Amino acid sequence: MSTASTTDARDKRGKAPAGERVADWADGRLGIYSLAKANMRKIFPDHWSFMLGEVCMYSFIIIILTGVYLTLFFHPSMNEVEYHGPYVPLQGQLMSEAFNSTMHISFEVRGGLLIRQIHHWAALVFLAGMFVHMMRVFFTGAFRKPREVNWLFGFLLFVLGMFTGFTGYSLPDDLLSGTGVRFMEGAVLSVPIVGTYLSFFLFGGEFPGGDFVARFYSVHILLLPGIMLGLMVAHLILVFYHKHTQFAGPGKTNNNVVGMPLLPVYMAKAGGFFFLVFGVIAIISAIATINPIWTIGPYRPDQVSTGAQPDWYMGFSEGLIRVMPGWEINFWGHTLVLGVFIPLVIFPLVLVAIAVYPFIESWVTGDKREHHILDRPRNAPTRTAFGVAWITWYMVLLIGGGNDLWATHFHLSINAITWFVRIAFFVAPVVAFIITKRICLGLQRRDRDKILHGRETGIIKRLPHGEFIEVHEPLSQEQLHTLTAHEQYKPAEIGPAVDENGVARKITRREKLRAKLSKGYYSEDNQILKPTVEEYKEITSGHGHH
Amino acid sequence: MKKLSARRRHPLAAVVVLFIALAACAGLYTALAPADKAVAEETAQTLTIEEGKKLYAVGCASCHGTGGQGTSDGPSLVGVGAAAVDFQVGTGRMPAQQPGAQVPKKKNIYSQAEIDQLAAYIASLGAGPEIPTENAYNPEGADIAEGGELFRTNCAQCHNFTGKGGALSKGKYAPSLEGVDPKHIYEAMQTGPQNMPSFPDTTMSEENKKDIIAYLEAVNSSDTVEPGGLSLGGLGPVSEGLFGWVFGLGTLIAVAVWVAARTAKAKKS
Repeated sequence: MSTASTTDARDKRGKAPAGERVADWADGRLGIYSLAKANMRKIFPDHWSFMLGEVCMYSFIIIILTGVYLTLFFHPSMNEVEYHGPYVPLQGQLMSEAFNSTMHISFEVRGGLLIRQIHHWAALVFLAGMFVHMMRVFFTGAFRKPREVNWLFGFLLFVLGMFTGFTGYSLPDDLLSGTGVRFMEGAVLSVPIVGTYLSFFLFGGEFPGGDFVARFYSVHILLLPGIMLGLMVAHLILVFYHKHTQFAGPGKTNNNVVGMPLLPVYMAKAGGFFFLVFGVIAIISAIATINPIWTIGPYRPDQVSTGAQPDWYMGFSEGLIRVMPGWEINFWGHTLVLGVFIPLVIFPLVLVAIAVYPFIESWVTGDKREHHILDRPRNAPTRTAFGVAWITWYMVLLIGGGNDLWATHFHLSINAITWFVRIAFFVAPVVAFIITKRICLGLQRRDRDKILHGRETGIIKRLPHGEFIEVHEPLSQEQLHTLTAHEQYKPAEIGPAVDENGVARKITRREKLRAKLSKGYYSEDNQILKPTVEEYKEITSGHGHH
Repeated sequence: MKKLSARRRHPLAAVVVLFIALAACAGLYTALAPADKAVAEETAQTLTIEEGKKLYAVGCASCHGTGGQGTSDGPSLVGVGAAAVDFQVGTGRMPAQQPGAQVPKKKNIYSQAEIDQLAAYIASLGAGPEIPTENAYNPEGADIAEGGELFRTNCAQCHNFTGKGGALSKGKYAPSLEGVDPKHIYEAMQTGPQNMPSFPDTTMSEENKKDIIAYLEAVNSSDTVEPGGLSLGGLGPVSEGLFGWVFGLGTLIAVAVWVAARTAKAKKS
């Protein structure tokens, strides 16, 4: 429509509606029309597991909102004050201003305790959501090109979330979190040569000093959430840019996205989902206590309680330190505390192990293509087995971190649990790997059977000559497509040992390793070949074969 | 005095003096000599000890030896005192069901009278802490906050912040203090049963013990107010994490499945 005719139309109808005029005004300055045109019809596929990321984003927003409220009343100071609030069992006790103000938030500020609990529960859910979201991406192979960078962004969000959580947990300066900070100080001190200096730098002198709450406060409310917010926006931009992945199915290809448009469907769904997430977290916060600092008491370095554990996302580091034998080396008046330093070194390695996997897999496959269709976990047995092995590793360490509660609740010896964890740390991932791989291969065989022989109906038919057979129902075309849509790699070959001139080619160890790994991934023992068209035709051509 | 002096040679004067002397002697004797009642009490005490000894022979001697001297299966009870017996038997820990890392608390089948008899017998073997009077452990008017500080300094490292219990090495444990009789808490501090260190009055005064009992009453009893809702066992971040995963994330995933199932498509695939 030309400008002139638009004007004519307006003249006829009078002034444009207010909404249109506002939109026109905004478009002239912000260019919202082209932005909306490009993005409003953005398609998102429908699957519940694609909403795990949303759970994380919404709980992060809830954390920010409640966190802002808490900053209005929290005093990040370690000045000693006497408690005169309404909670009788602490009256007259000396405590830091940080603890005192947290008590004030919990007992005197209107809605303070509820907001505190929402903040903390949302943090636990946020981290748990990120964990599950990451595992969803892992097991479906959604990290493959072009999404490796976004995988790393997500991983960084998880790690930063852990540390934001840890600093937040330490702020109230209660006996539990103080013990956690003491634990951290011990880990820092175990670093050879520079440990003492680092600790003095961090705490502004001898532990606990008078600084760490204020320092953690800046890190907790400004530095880490700022970086996380930036990373989250980048994460989302990349999701938009790459478009969402989808599971294989009829009509779904590597070049399209089948689903519903952002506007209006997903806007409504996602908006509604935000309130559902907020609602669920609010209900949980209203019925269940989290971090009851009033029973825990203020931090004093000479006191400690049993059952002193960090929040769950730091639990595996607690496990590392609890099960590590207390080794140390003394020489020339110096002590190397291996009992603490080795766990400190393994701590990042546990996390890095899962983070670098996508790069290892892409190196093994040598696949440089883009992948937008998700794998079913069974169709990538080695990857799935690796993922399960990693989760098993992580869980074993969590058991180690809660060894005292396992001991008291299951009437076991804590020493036996510690030894179990020490052995399982090395053995359990291997066992989990082997078992998972076998299960995946079994499921692949089942799929192959289903394709070739159809679905078992459970109907038993007696033939005229007396034989009993079970009637198998052939799968529909859609089901056949879904079950055979995945592609299967061939193991990489090292290639001829001599070049075209007959001269011996130098084969690097790297090449050999890659070929070996590739065989472990894709040789016939390690994946069940899906039926070919010929096989299918032969078997379904009706020669009475079952 | 003149009147009395004039009659001092009266024929009956000697009789009167004798009578007065006899009365004085009798009075002094009744006032000073051990009374019959005391004798009776002593006999009762002996009787109690005798009864206790019989109970001991049935329930305890197989492990602690016929004279409380101890065997390879049980420690000597000489000098443990009545308070230790009252605690161990009163909480059902003794007689033990079986040897193990630690003897658990169970239903007590002895009456308080029988426990007192046992305690009297054990106390007769050697001096030890007495069973406290109610005055000693009644937490009325004690300083709860002070008790909290003492608890965190001396008890929490094994019994948890609010006495929910905790693990010790090799299957031993610090039991939960919920619902434990104040008398038994007092006796436990006094005598240090099983793996617990003892806190005699020289280390922790009677008043401090009362403070601790008062603190436990405030934070770990049926009257405890939970301002934040369910306490999830009061065990700290492990149970919170489990709850967060199961009920927090679990519910949210259920909600996500529900939302994803409600699609705008005309026909569900």
